Parts: sequence; C-alpha cells; structure tokens
Amino acid sequence: MTDKFDCIIIGAGPSGIACAFAMAKAGLDVVVIERGEYPGSKNVSGGVLYSTILNKLIPNFWQDAPVERHVVKKRYSILSKDSEMALELNFNNFNNPPYNDSFTILRSKFDRWFAKKAEDTGAFVLTETVVDDFIWKDGKVIGVKARREDGDVYADVVVCAEGANSLLAEKSGLKKKPADNQMITAAKEVISLPREVIEDRFNLEADEGLTMEFFGDAVKGMIGSGFIYTNKDSLSVGVGCPISVMKKRNMHPNDLLDAFKSHPMIKKFLRGGKIEELSAKMIPELGYKNLSRLVANGLLIVGDAAGFVNPSLYREGSNMAMASGVMAAEAILEAKGKGDFSEAGLAGYGKRLQESFVMKDLERYCDAPERLAEAPELFKEYPDAILKMAEGYFTISDMPKREAQQLARRHFKDKVSIWKFLWDMYKVRKSIL
Amino acid sequence: MTILQPLEKKTLAEKLYLVRFKTDTESHLKVDPEKCKLCRERGCIYICPADVYKLDEKENIAISYEACLECGTCRITCEFIDWKNPRGGFGVCYRYG
Ligand SMILES: Cc1cc2nc3c(=O)[nH]c(=O)nc-3n(C[C@H](O)[C@H](O)[C@H](O)COP(=O)(O)OP(=O)(O)OC[C@H]3O[C@@H](n4cnc5c(N)ncnc54)[C@H](O)[C@@H]3O)c2cc1C
Ligand code: SF4
Ligand code: SF4
Repeated sequence: MTDKFDCIIIGAGPSGIACAFAMAKAGLDVVVIERGEYPGSKNVSGGVLYSTILNKLIPNFWQDAPVERHVVKKRYSILSKDSEMALELNFNNFNNPPYNDSFTILRSKFDRWFAKKAEDTGAFVLTETVVDDFIWKDGKVIGVKARREDGDVYADVVVCAEGANSLLAEKSGLKKKPADNQMITAAKEVISLPREVIEDRFNLEADEGLTMEFFGDAVKGMIGSGFIYTNKDSLSVGVGCPISVMKKRNMHPNDLLDAFKSHPMIKKFLRGGKIEELSAKMIPELGYKNLSRLVANGLLIVGDAAGFVNPSLYREGSNMAMASGVMAAEAILEAKGKGDFSEAGLAGYGKRLQESFVMKDLERYCDAPERLAEAPELFKEYPDAILKMAEGYFTISDMPKREAQQLARRHFKDKVSIWKFLWDMYKVRKSIL
Repeated sequence: MTILQPLEKKTLAEKLYLVRFKTDTESHLKVDPEKCKLCRERGCIYICPADVYKLDEKENIAISYEACLECGTCRITCEFIDWKNPRGGFGVCYRYG
C-alpha cells in the first residue's frame, strides 16, 4: 500500500467510524484501520448508546441498526449487605422517536453495522490490521506504520480513535499515560434469558428497556458501581471501579463481578440465566484538567483516547466519541479548504469541542471523581447507616413508634457525623448530578 | 420451572472458555523478570480479570497471554509491563461485547 489518502483513521469504534462517515460523505478518501477481525470484535461497553449525533448522521437509524431496546426506565439503587434502597424512573414519553436517544446495544453487533454504513458512504475499512506508530516528517504526522507487509500508509492527516488503551496517543507525546486513579476497570457478562422473561421480570413492554445502576455493597463499598442493562434476549451485567481503588483492596475484577451477581438483591434478577460471554475494558476518567492535548501537525485525537467520557451519573461516552469524531471531520474539511493541516490549520477541532456539550459537560463535571474519592463514606458507611435506620423505621414491633424511630435515628447518629454527612451530600450532588 | 433457578455458577476458567480467541504463537505481553523479583505488591496477579499473570514454582511471573481480554488494566497497574496490541485479527474476538 503506497497510496496516499486524504485521511487515515485509527480504530473503528464510534468515534473513528463517525469521523470516517462524515468525511466520506463530503467526498474525501478515507481509510479506517482496525485491529480486530471485524469492527466491534475488540469493543465493550455497558451498553447504552446515546444517539443524538448518530441520529444526525443517519436519521431514524434505529429502524435499521442492531439496537437492543430503547431505555424508558432507569433505576438507581444503593445496597448494603442485605438491604436495598432504590429509585426507579419510568417515562412513557421515551417510547416515542427519537426514544430519548438512549438505546441498549451490544458493541460487536452495533460497531459492525456502523462501520458498514461508513463503507456504504465511501470509506474504506481495513480490518485485521494494527497500527504500531505514526510516521513523522519535519515535526508533522504524514502517515502510519501498519503491522503488515508494505505497511506504511500516507495521508494529509491522521485521526487517532484508538480508545481508552491509548498506546499511540501516548507514543505521539500528546498524552501522558493515565494514572491508576484516572482509569476505571470494568468486567462484564452477557447473560441470556428468554425475551418474555426479561419483559415480565422487569415489567417492560416489547422493545422497552431498563438500565439499573447499583452502588454501595454492589462493589463492596468501593467507589464505583455495578449495572444491569436489558437487551432483547440477554442482560448486560457488570461492575466497574477505579484501578487505584481495586489495587488498594487487592480486588480481582472477576471476583468482584461474581460477588455482585450473588448479592441477595441482585441474584433474583438473574435467575434462570445462561452466561454467554465474559468481557473486560477500561473507562477513562482523566478529569477535565488532565485531558490529552488534542491536535498536533497532521494529527487529531478523538473519543476515549482523548478522555471524552462524562464521569458523572450520566456516564456518556458513546455520544462524546461520535461528536468528537464528527467535529474532527469538520475541522479536517476546513483545513483541506485552506490546504493547511498544521496544528494551527486544524484548530477548528478544539474550537468546536469547546463550544459543544463535550467540553462544557467535561468541565461541569471536572471534579466528580475527586469529590467522590474525598468521601469514601458515600459508598459504605452512609448506605449502611441509612438502610439500618430505614430498617428500624419500618420494622414492626410492639415498641411505640416514637421510641422505635428515636432508636433508629440514634443508631444513625452513632455511625455517622450528621454535619459531615450533609456536607458530603451537598458536594456530591453538585458534582455528579 | 427452570427460569426460577439460580443463575448457573461458572469458574473464571469456564467463563473464559466461552470467549472466542484467535491465539497467536507469540505473547503480546512481556514483563521484566528482574523488576518482578523486586516487586512486592505483584498487582498484576489480582488486577487482571482473566488471571493472565501467575506465579510459577520458581516464583517467576508466568503469562497466559492466550486468555487476555485486552482491557489494558495491567498496563496502567504496572509500569514494567510491556503491552503491545496483538497481531491484527488475533487475540480476543467478542461476539457480544
Ligand atoms: C464497561 C463499560 C461500560 C460503558 N458504558 C457506556 C454507556 O452505557 N454509555 C456510553 O455512552 N458509553 C459507555 N461506555 C464508554 C464507551 O464505550 C466509550 O466512550 C466509547 O466506546 C468510545 O469510543 P471510541 O471510538 O473512542 O473507542 P473504542 O470504542 O474503544 O474504539 C477503539 C477502536 O480502535 C481499535 N484500535 C485500537 N488501537 C488500534 C491500533 N493500534 N490499530 C488499529 N486499531 C486499533 C480498537 O480495536 C477499537 O475498535 C462504557 C465503557 C465501558 C468499558
Ligand atoms: S509484572 Fe509488574 S506488578 Fe507484576 S510482578 Fe512484575 S513488576 Fe510486579
Ligand atoms: S490486558 Fe487485561 S486481560 Fe489482558 S493481561 Fe492485562 S489485565 Fe489481563
């Protein structure tokens, strides 16, 4: 391969494909180089696709795409060892297009479909090929070294969409290797169940979906969470915690996942299921201040590689990935118009990001991980104390209610400093909601 | 009714057996035995979701790279692990993901 492309994109995840799609649509010669056997074969997410950007690229995509269910119900819960406190929200309006732009997906299926769409638009997707490095000349990226015979490929500009395990972005010098408190490690299983059972068990009508997030004892009182998302005829079940926290507790991700699945409040949801697949992946939580540099001469970084995941309760990564991919494409088109692919010529990328929800949300939730790390009680002592107090309130006995309630409250106050509790709650609400 | 029975239990080895891998003949992961000898935490051993790193009889780190799920967690955990992407098309190949 000695041809020169307008643009080379490394990685066929949501960010890379969205970028390729937008450029191919504008008539550019683009190649996406993907290391997996097919797009999606290396990719894992919890699986809610947030689709505002996708719906602009491919209007009414859900009629064609392999989406599982549209999310109408969201459930958040806190577990202690033997109790649960949950909040469930259910919105009938989300049953109408565009379905609140939230669909559960399985990435191996979805990414493959999305890449096919980019190919149909004119992009070239080269699979089973690893990129090992950039080719630099006079301080500018002019191509990539692919690990195959005649593997040097050239282009005006290269987009690095390699995801969270960002070997190349780090090699380029634009990004520092993330520290262990800036990365979440997650383990997940896909557990199959008949469709009717899922709909019956979770009280869903056809194609309606539910996402459930679990905190507290779900992950042994560590910062992090467990989740169950409904697919058509399977559940995505997983846990994720910062690597630093796992390390401190000598915690094995698979053991943590098994403990979550056998929690008395969780195992009921999984009855009769059959494990289909185990997977694992990292989620970046670099924090706004530690994001990667985004542009060099002839090079842009998009998606997870750049650190674009909202660390708050919203947990959006897929739409930020696609948005950054599309903005990179727009900036490249602009640069092509000027014939200037230098850092300055590509500056439109950073500008677009700054004006969009991507940087605004990342900035808004910039300190969520740190705030949570400052109050570890949130995940262990508080849930335990609140649930004990609630149990006291609701336990039927011959004790007069007033005494029982006093006892329950006293129990809470013995365990928790009220002022610290209120202060922590205030800080957390501000930083994650 | 079977649907009310508890979810089947599977060991990690049994779970990994369900995952599709295309195994290469060479490891994409390397450790530095000298550094491992001096390492007390041995974080690689418990942080890996697939138990890729184990201690052999001589207390050296043995790497079962064939079972690697390619999450990258070990690379963030230990600065002495040399982590390369497996050859194109090789390694883990998720059917669901
Ligand atoms: C457990 C988990 C749950 C999540 N849940 C959600 C959720 O519910 N909602 C949400 O919006 N987001 C979620 N995310 C985040 C979301 O998955 C990511 O933000 C998104 O996938 C990022 O897309 P990307 O294109 O940047 O990277 P990826 O999707 O990681 O794609 C990168 C691609 O590049 C390829 N690649 C890497 N290096 C090379 C190389 N050297 N040569 C060739 N190819 C290469 C990879 O094989 C891969 O296909 C979750 C993530 C995880 C891990
Ligand atoms: S690989 Fe790293 S963590 Fe594991 S024993 Fe060697 S030095 Fe320690
Ligand atoms: S990349 Fe993940 S699965 Fe592979 S060896 Fe490292 S920690 Fe284990």
